Amino acid sequence: MAPADIRQTILGILERIAPDEDLSDLDDSVAFRDQMELDSMDFLDIVMELRKQHRVQIPESDYEHLVTMDSTVEYLTPLLKDAPAPVS
Amino acid sequence: MRYHTVIIGAGMSGLAAGIRLAYYEKPVCILERHTTIGGLNSFYRLRGRNYDVGLHAVTNYAPPGTRKGPLAKLLKQLRLRWDDFDLSPQCGSAVEFPGRRLRFNNDFELLSEEVLREFPDQADRFQKLVEYIREFDELDLSQQPVSARSVVGGFLTDPVLVDMLFCPLMFYGSAKPRDMDFSQFCIMFQAIFEQGFARPLAGVRKILKSLTRHFKALGGHLKLRHGVSEIRIEGGRAVGVVLDDGTEIEADNVLSSAGVVETLRLCPDAAQPDLPPAGEVSFNEAIFMLDRQPAELGHRETIVFYNDAERFHYEPPAEPCDVRSGIICSPNNFEYPDGGQLDEGCLRITSLANPDYWMSLPEPDYIAQKEAWCERMVESALGHTPDFRPHVVETDIFSPRTIRKFTGHIRGAVYGAPEKVLSGETPVENLYLCGTDQGFLGIIGAMLSGITMANNHLLRPVGEATHLAGR
Repeated sequence: MAPADIRQTILGILERIAPDEDLSDLDDSVAFRDQMELDSMDFLDIVMELRKQHRVQIPESDYEHLVTMDSTVEYLTPLLKDAPAPVS
Repeated sequence: MRYHTVIIGAGMSGLAAGIRLAYYEKPVCILERHTTIGGLNSFYRLRGRNYDVGLHAVTNYAPPGTRKGPLAKLLKQLRLRWDDFDLSPQCGSAVEFPGRRLRFNNDFELLSEEVLREFPDQADRFQKLVEYIREFDELDLSQQPVSARSVVGGFLTDPVLVDMLFCPLMFYGSAKPRDMDFSQFCIMFQAIFEQGFARPLAGVRKILKSLTRHFKALGGHLKLRHGVSEIRIEGGRAVGVVLDDGTEIEADNVLSSAGVVETLRLCPDAAQPDLPPAGEVSFNEAIFMLDRQPAELGHRETIVFYNDAERFHYEPPAEPCDVRSGIICSPNNFEYPDGGQLDEGCLRITSLANPDYWMSLPEPDYIAQKEAWCERMVESALGHTPDFRPHVVETDIFSPRTIRKFTGHIRGAVYGAPEKVLSGETPVENLYLCGTDQGFLGIIGAMLSGITMANNHLLRPVGEATHLAGR
C-alpha cells in the first residue's frame, strides 16, 4: 500500500470508530485526540482494526507513533508496503 | 470446539462483551440458563401483553449526535448506531418528601433551580458538590471504597436534601443498604441527574434485540437454556465450564456476569477463598395496565421517587415490603417521536422488599401476600399520584423471588453484591467478572462493564499472543 492508501485505510477506521465525527477537515499534522473525541479505548480499536483488516501487529510500545495522521502513515508505511491497496 | 471465551449470562454486560470479542474474530459463546435473554433487564409476555422486567428507564441519556459521555462511548465501541437503541427522552421526574419536592429532567439546570428554590441556604454548597463530582474520576478502577454519605455530608448540611439526592440514586443502583460507595454515587449522580432518563418505545426488547442481532451477525454463539453448573479449573486457571446436563465446553477464558459470590460458587472448592456476602437489597413491583394514558388521569411525571417518612430508609425492611417509600414509573411518559405512544396506559409501583420473606413463602401464600402487599404499596403511592385504581385492566407483580429466577442472584438482589470488584479479576487466572458485580451501574453501565472487561482482559495484545500460540 502507498501512503495515500494507508491514509484512506486509517480514515475508514476512524469513520467506523466515530461515525458521528466530520473527518473532511481533519488536519494530518495535528493530534487525533485534539480534533476528535478519542480515548484510550478508541486507540486500542485503531490497533485492533489494523490487525483485523491487515494482520499487522503493533506492540504497545509503538502506540506513541499513532498520534497524528502524518505520524501514523509514516509508521505504517514500511509495515504495510506489501499489503494490497483497499478496493475503492 | 474450543472457544477463546465463554461468557456466563446473556444480559446487557455479557452481550456487550460478546460483541467486542466477536467483532475482533474471537470464537465466543454466551451461555444463558434462562429461556430468554436480558437477565435483570428482560421482558416477557403474559395474557397477550408485553411486559418489561427491570428497566424503568435507560439512564445516561444523550441526544443523537452527542460525541461525549457513556452512551456515545458505548455505541462507538459496539459499532452500533444511535437508532439501534431508539431512545426517547423523559418528560420530567420528581423526588417527593414530606413538604418538599425537587423536579428534574434531562437538563441539569432544572435540578439546580429546584435546589435553589426548595433549599436556598444549600444552593452554594450544592454547586460545590456538583463541581467535586464532575472532577472526580469515578472510572478509576484502582480506587478504594469511600462512604458517599460522609463525602456528601461534608458539602451539604441539610439532611433532608442529602436524603432527597440519595433517594433516586440508591433506588436505581445501590447494592449497599444505607450508604453508597462514593464512586458509585458519582456514577449514578451523573447517569440520573446530569444525563437523565430515556426509553425506547418498544422497551428493553429493542435494545436487547439490537445487541443479539449484532452479536450473531458477527459470528458469536448464543445458547439459551444452557446453565453453567461448574467452572473448570486446572492449575489455578479457568479452562472451561460444565453445563447443567454435564456437557463440557472448553475455553481459554471465562467471563462471568453471574455475580461475584455466584461465580465463585461455581468454582470447585479448592479455588474458593472466604465467600464475600451476597447482596440483599431487593424490591417488589406491581405493574398496572390501565384503560387510559396516565396523563389523562393527571399523572404526567416519568418517574416519581417518594418518601413519606421523616428520613429516607434504604435497607431490607423487617416487614415484607417497606411502603414508606417507593417509585412510581410510567413508560408512557416519555417524549416518543412523531407523537408515538404505547397502546395502553401503564404504571409501575416499586417498594423495597425483604428477600428472605418472599423466598420462603409457600406458593399459595406467596400469591396472596403479593396481592395484599400490592394494595398497601398502592395506598402509599396514592399520596403521589391520582387514584388510578378504577382504570386498572390487568396487574402483574414481581418479587425478589422473580428477580432470582431471572438473574440467578442468590437472594434476588437487584443490584448484586454490596462490595464491587472494579478490576473484574478473581482469584482464578483467566476467570473474570463483568456486569452488576464489577460495578458499573444501570443499563448503559452494564454494557460498558462488559466492554471494559473484554478490552482490559480479553483483547489486550499480550493475552492475544498467548492465545494465538495455543491454537
